[in-house]
Amino acid sequence: MMGGLLELSVAAAAGRIAAGEVSRAEYFEAWRAAAAGDELNAYLWKAEDGTAGGDGPLAGIPVAVKDLFCTEGVATTAGSRILEGHRPLYTATAVRRLHEAGAGVLGKTNMDEFAMGSSNENSAYGAVRNPWDHGRVPGGSSGGSAAAVAGGLAPCAIGTDTGGSIRQPASLCGIVGLKPTYGAISRYGMIAFASSLDQCGPLTRNVTDAALLLAAMQGRDACDSTSVGIEGGVEAPSRENLEGLRFAVPAELAHDAIEPGVRAVFEATLKRIEELGGEIAEVSLPHAEHGISAYYVIAPAEASSNLARYDGVRYGMRIEAEGDVIEMYEATRAAGFGDEVKRRIMLGTYALSSGYYDAYYGRAQRVRTKIAEDYAAAFDRFDFVVTPTSPSVAFELGAKTDDPLAMYMNDFFTVPMSLAGIPAISIPAGLAEPDGGGPQLPVGFQIAAPAFAEQRLLDAAYALEQAIGFDAEPGGSGG
Amino acid sequence: MIERKQVLHVAKLARLRLSDEEVEKMAGELSGILGHVDRIGELELDEVPPTSHVVELENALRPDEPRPSWPQEDVLGQAPDPADGAFRVPSPQAEA
Repeated sequence: MMGGLLELSVAAAAGRIAAGEVSRAEYFEAWRAAAAGDELNAYLWKAEDGTAGGDGPLAGIPVAVKDLFCTEGVATTAGSRILEGHRPLYTATAVRRLHEAGAGVLGKTNMDEFAMGSSNENSAYGAVRNPWDHGRVPGGSSGGSAAAVAGGLAPCAIGTDTGGSIRQPASLCGIVGLKPTYGAISRYGMIAFASSLDQCGPLTRNVTDAALLLAAMQGRDACDSTSVGIEGGVEAPSRENLEGLRFAVPAELAHDAIEPGVRAVFEATLKRIEELGGEIAEVSLPHAEHGISAYYVIAPAEASSNLARYDGVRYGMRIEAEGDVIEMYEATRAAGFGDEVKRRIMLGTYALSSGYYDAYYGRAQRVRTKIAEDYAAAFDRFDFVVTPTSPSVAFELGAKTDDPLAMYMNDFFTVPMSLAGIPAISIPAGLAEPDGGGPQLPVGFQIAAPAFAEQRLLDAAYALEQAIGFDAEPGGSGG
Repeated sequence: MIERKQVLHVAKLARLRLSDEEVEKMAGELSGILGHVDRIGELELDEVPPTSHVVELENALRPDEPRPSWPQEDVLGQAPDPADGAFRVPSPQAEA
């Protein structure tokens, strides 16, 4: 009976709860018990009881929340030592909206420190393990949220995506991850990494559940002047075919480093699109290949500014030092930040410093314009742009920790959409052997759409999801 | 190529104290990353306007009405060293 409850989609469970067939307490307790068996280090904090909210469309649904979202009175660390023990005075708008729709927080999930990372190995609270193979990474930075959903520890989760942090872990864990248009969901109460790129979104077992969470969270918020919401709202997707829809494949994909297994699944998925009546053609996005360069200037630059607030004065930890207040700042930040965060602060500070600003930050902002123009031109002729979500399946823990640039390349296919501010979804499209052999692992297929075309994106993703019929589940090998 | 001296200068700007080992490592890593980034230097971008934000936004204003703020004790309760209704810090002019 318990197992049965856990297998229900969020949409189905919400229906059963609304119909009175399952009680909120019973459903929440079933998930609380599942979360208690976390062997993936996916959770940093777990709720004791189901403090579910109102009677909305998500009544009784527990949600795993990335620890980047402020939750009133509940420890919020952003995966960093520097915020150890911090208990925010307020709750992020996205979480509050879920609560108003009837959902409750099941737990706070592990993440790369301040959302900086693509493997979840940058958490101050230990790496998260991939439920498909405990010796591999779940992706990042929303790795805890993705692992929790894929590993049967949560029915759904929310995360944040700055350059791929929802889509890439969703891909590596075999679930659905949606990065909405910049401005679709309020960023209020989301601990800032790169403010012009950060966006909240759902990680779920299917496209319909992603639409449900997006519908509840999206909208204008007086507390975030950049939030505009999605006009007309979001409805459950229902499309059955892809007739009349045009899908563009970037020509530059042909010579980029993609694992053969990932490429095979990608090409099989293109065939499915054609079987469903969709048209496929090549498009040139000449500046997309410069996405990583632009992103790894702009995001660290914004981060170096945003993270200036962690100084041991108003919240979080402090290291007392001999000497003046500057010595205290330096000692606190040296002990409180991990290696990757320090690296990005250094990179961003350098890119913004006198003499280098134009060469790095200024140029990166111009490249961003060119990337957005490439996509705008593509969307004049096409409905969607499709790519693999990640160039590889989940890689082994420790495989890339000594090579920052190799780690950054994981974001190759996800960064351009973030720079352009457009929505993109990753859906599980099949399984592939990793390079070097081993058991098969999930491969994500990424679909990008014009700004605020979430409904069209979800409808197409739903039709493709039904046709793919991905039903593989993690075996949890090597644990 | 980023040199040790530059790393120390940037670390000072960023209020980060780095160990000797971290300085060495950072010099190599930043050089590698910026070496890749330098490829955007080859693009013709002089006529291209910079993008700081992707979504066209007008000023989002709310009515200017007074609202209660958080109680002082709650805010100070988050601080590592509150004292006398304020955040206490070491003296900016500590004896050298």
